[in-house]
Amino acid sequence: MNRALVILALAAAPAWAEPDAAALERLVLQDCGSCHGLTLKGGLGPDIRSGALGHYDSDSLARVILDGIPGTPMPPWHPLLSEAEARWIAVYLLERDPG
Amino acid sequence: MTRITRLFGGAAPVAQSATPPEYFPQEETRAGRLHGPNTHLRHLLGAVVFVICGALASGAGAQATGDLGLVVERASGSLLVVDQSERARIGRIEGLGDLSHASIVYSPDARFGFVFGRDGGLTKVDIIAQEIVGRVMQAGNSIGGAISDDGRYVAVSNYEPGGVRVFDADTLDMVADIPTGSKAIGLVDIPGTRFVFSLWDAGETWIADLSGDRPEITRITGMGTNPYDALVTGDGRTYIAGLFGEDHLSALDLWQDDPKPRAVLPGYAKGREGLPVYKMPHLEGWALAGHEFALPALGQHEVLWVDARSLAESGRTAVHGQPVFAIARPDGRHVWVNFAHPRNDTIQVIDSLSKQVIHEFKPGPGVLHMEFTPRGREVWLSVRDAGKVMIYDTQSFEKLGEIEADSPSGIFFTARAHKTGL
Repeated sequence: MNRALVILALAAAPAWAEPDAAALERLVLQDCGSCHGLTLKGGLGPDIRSGALGHYDSDSLARVILDGIPGTPMPPWHPLLSEAEARWIAVYLLERDPG
Repeated sequence: MTRITRLFGGAAPVAQSATPPEYFPQEETRAGRLHGPNTHLRHLLGAVVFVICGALASGAGAQATGDLGLVVERASGSLLVVDQSERARIGRIEGLGDLSHASIVYSPDARFGFVFGRDGGLTKVDIIAQEIVGRVMQAGNSIGGAISDDGRYVAVSNYEPGGVRVFDADTLDMVADIPTGSKAIGLVDIPGTRFVFSLWDAGETWIADLSGDRPEITRITGMGTNPYDALVTGDGRTYIAGLFGEDHLSALDLWQDDPKPRAVLPGYAKGREGLPVYKMPHLEGWALAGHEFALPALGQHEVLWVDARSLAESGRTAVHGQPVFAIARPDGRHVWVNFAHPRNDTIQVIDSLSKQVIHEFKPGPGVLHMEFTPRGREVWLSVRDAGKVMIYDTQSFEKLGEIEADSPSGIFFTARAHKTGL
């Protein structure tokens, strides 16, 4: 019974939902964009268009998003994003049309 | 245009001047200000064009600009022309490129705005005709700009290529190129046709004096690691740089012949965990509230107070999140604060005497910027994700109106034309 409740609770939790693509795309452009530029070609932070991210796979890029890069202004996003959301963003960045 | 070739290597010792011959092509480009026999005719023609343009734009003859402003629509690369008195938009200027993080300065007559786009575009717009009158792509990636006290030069600070470029305000011809080998940030104007800026990578502040027939550069080393933005006070005397890589800020007294950096708020976050910063704070010249500066802390949810004369800490105010702007109302009595993602739906107002938060409200999602009317009676807020500029009374905090805008960010009233460092 306890287990059933837990499963029910998890099923209802947002973390189990599909990442909200529109909201995440907006987050990338608007909030990542405040350092990396609205076009993601760089600002105080570096260029994060797909062509500049060739040395990352989606897992390692998702880790960078979640953990940040200590000693730089790249903050850890794990307080705000789930693993699934970070992975969605990593794939989005890597597959995005280089513009 | 005279290009000053690169003078300063990364490890070069102090270089005091550059060597541009033909620095000011005054006879050609500044002819409008020289009173020769043809000048009166030219002025007359100019006045006729001016009046016609004004009539076309407003439909009602001459248009005063003193209560106008521009609002950046960051996603669509356009500007709204707004009227403070009417609390309304009166036009839109399109075609300005990537306007994320765009800022604007004004010509001394408050007719022309110079718009600094993130994509390196420098665009001159005519507020009366509501059109672009000049545009150059001057770099790959820029962060801000300033106009000289005499209105002759517009300077732009660039991330890529790192440095500052200076343009003739009339023609947008480049008159000086000051490569720094480092991202240039915190660019401000100070009296004497001078600009001051700092270097993110090198931890230096440079003063570029453009008053003579060649630019003179003064380099100030040892500002600290990774200055991210800076402010200058309205008298052009005190320059304060925020530092990403240090637990303090650094201040310069620009009235000194040989300014030396001085640590402000040393160790303000010592022993405390640095909180994630999802948007870097901004420092602006209107941090001065009474006889104290109100400064956004970095990595702490605090506004920090500093005595303007002694530069000693005079208090801390715990706030709702990572502050982005802490802006004193023009009279200094209150300080308005907005916040970084994800707490950017909220505004707090701090009383400058008690240093207590006296008012808090949520205008809507994505409050990016605040601009006071020149004497502080109203504040205009850009609420990006609501697609609105919202207008509030700063005494009663009552909402007075709102204006539709497409992802609005910076709001810039023409009164900035008459302020040093804005």
